[in-house]
Amino acid sequence: MSAPQIQFRDPQRAKALAAALQRAVDRAGRRMALMHVCGSHEQAIARYGLRSAFPRELDVIMGPGCPVCVTDLPEVDEAVALALQGVRVATYGDMLRVPGTSRSLADARAEGGKVEVVYGVSEAVRLARATTEEIVFFASGFETTAVATAAEILRGPPKNFSVLSAHKYIPPAMEIVATVPETRIEGFLAAGHAASITGWGIFEGFVARHRLPVVVAGFEPLDILAALVRLAELAADRTPAVENLYPRCVTREGNLPAQEQLWKVFQVEGGHWRGIADVPDGNLRLRPEFAHLDARRRFRIDLERLRDCAPDALSEHCICGKIMSGIASPASCRLFGKECVPDTPVGACMVSAEGTCRIWHQYGGAPQWRTAP
Amino acid sequence: MTTRAAGGDRITLKHGAGGPAMRALIEQLFVKGVEDPPGSVGLSAMDDGAALPLGDGRFLVLTTDSHVVSPLFFPGGDIGRLAVCGTVNDLAMMGATEVLGLTCAVVVEEGFARADLARVHASMREACREAGATVVTGDTKVMGKGQLDGLILNTAGVALTRKVVRDNGLRAGDRILVTGTIGDHGFSVLVARNGLELDGELRSDVAPLNGLIRAALAAGDITAMKDPTRGGLSSALHEMAEKSGVGVLLEEKAVPLRQEVRAAAELLGIDPLQVANEGKAVLGVRPEAAGRVLAALRAHPLGRNAAIVGTCVLENPGRVVLDTGFGKRLLAEPEGDPQPRIC
Repeated sequence: MSAPQIQFRDPQRAKALAAALQRAVDRAGRRMALMHVCGSHEQAIARYGLRSAFPRELDVIMGPGCPVCVTDLPEVDEAVALALQGVRVATYGDMLRVPGTSRSLADARAEGGKVEVVYGVSEAVRLARATTEEIVFFASGFETTAVATAAEILRGPPKNFSVLSAHKYIPPAMEIVATVPETRIEGFLAAGHAASITGWGIFEGFVARHRLPVVVAGFEPLDILAALVRLAELAADRTPAVENLYPRCVTREGNLPAQEQLWKVFQVEGGHWRGIADVPDGNLRLRPEFAHLDARRRFRIDLERLRDCAPDALSEHCICGKIMSGIASPASCRLFGKECVPDTPVGACMVSAEGTCRIWHQYGGAPQWRTAP
Repeated sequence: MTTRAAGGDRITLKHGAGGPAMRALIEQLFVKGVEDPPGSVGLSAMDDGAALPLGDGRFLVLTTDSHVVSPLFFPGGDIGRLAVCGTVNDLAMMGATEVLGLTCAVVVEEGFARADLARVHASMREACREAGATVVTGDTKVMGKGQLDGLILNTAGVALTRKVVRDNGLRAGDRILVTGTIGDHGFSVLVARNGLELDGELRSDVAPLNGLIRAALAAGDITAMKDPTRGGLSSALHEMAEKSGVGVLLEEKAVPLRQEVRAAAELLGIDPLQVANEGKAVLGVRPEAAGRVLAALRAHPLGRNAAIVGTCVLENPGRVVLDTGFGKRLLAEPEGDPQPRIC
């Protein structure tokens, strides 16, 4: 029972860091908003109730950190159309209920479409090897997951396997959010796992362009607190710099073999992110050399028949877009926890385990809880 | 949220998972229009059992429970042990620790192995011996292949008590005690069900608690009791807090967890506070009696890991605030059976 505390979960150290965070925010002498762009960061912040220990003058906001949530309607439509055309679509469980224009993949499955849930790209490849049917892997995720897709493609998947890429590239989205006037973001917490691939050096250009600090953070509560302290200090002094507070995993250069694989297979393209905006260079699409593995080129995807349906009336009240760009929080959504719950989600943020609304709901609906009701 | 949870034309698994959806269904369908006998604790109380006054200061406590579990045999127990302990424990949670008798109805699927049924029966006998209880009547049905999944057991029990303990008696200032480690049953069944191979001994805690509760009742003033079965400690505390009109402040670090459960919880992404226990109780105790009751629990073999885990407060009635050691947040009430996250 008296097992040793895991090193990164020491409440005493957390108290000291919370005090340091307060000092940094006090030093700024103004209300401060910092943004993270990662569902796993929000998970840890909500799970450990960290917001209740943050200074009252500090807002820590989740930005577009959920790749499933920002998958745009037309991308879901493409997967739905393929499934209804009789192609077997394999995808992550989270993607199943993300709404498209008129249907989600779960709806397509209920209508007889072939949709399989897999835990990763390699399982989709195994599925393809076991059959002669066409298997399309509907790929979502940021650069971390895209590397896995790239590796499978370079390994030479079977002929009946192709990829419908909804992979996203996070650095360009940070550029967009940094320029949204309503957010008043003074600094960014960068996701440690993505940075372990890209290296922290990738943020140097961003810092120079926007004059905002970036701190790379890990995922244990102490990792997050320590990174926030440093970020708040840099923001208080208006020092635009990149700092790496996750050195046990992240280097300046990152994982070079992984980057090589990523860019051998994918190229960036502009495209719309749900709820955010058009993000130049925000989508990862297969390079022309891999056209034979690109479901968009391999199949004629008929989207017309999906457009005849009016959207759900409730979705008019959904504020997922504002939540994902950090302008609003789930607390200000009239559907949150009422009409919109994990079993019957209205918006994408309640669908995915990485979505802000889903995370808040999982941890009691009020991660900003303080002693007063 | 309650109306939405119980809404829809169809019953879903959520309506049997012990959470708000199940309570709403019972309230809206079964309890409505039922008048409880005078002086009794009846259906409207939605407690662990009913208590009927005998007129001589004593109460007849009765309860019934249907048991389904997959797999039927799991580390630390099986459906037979579960059926006896579930009913004995529901009686004990009402303050009735001397079991007069149990009933057992068996519904078996055609083709079920006779040897397995004998094994389940032997396990019921053993659990009865531990509880000092006897099955005094029963019923046997067989249904066609595919009409049920193996075996369903229903047990009912009766017992007498002079003092009924409810689940709605918490008062501000009461300390919250648990009688031992939390999450053992839920995780052992989850791991067995999903064929996950984890190191260490994950075993169900399924056990009859009447002896342990007898010792606790003798030690001090217990204001409320509940066994944290489906929905786990979270559901039990929410229900007790809501019915009692108090808030509960739960200290996460104080909740006893086995190392194996802690590891499985991290790996599967499932909160130990939201999974079932079958050999644990949650007690509300007046602050001055908390030390004595804790000592009495710890002196019993089934209560060695008992701990004080929280306090009842006036603020936020019906809510459970979790102090993680890093900060505070609301504890969510589980809304369905927890699903493992594999990725």
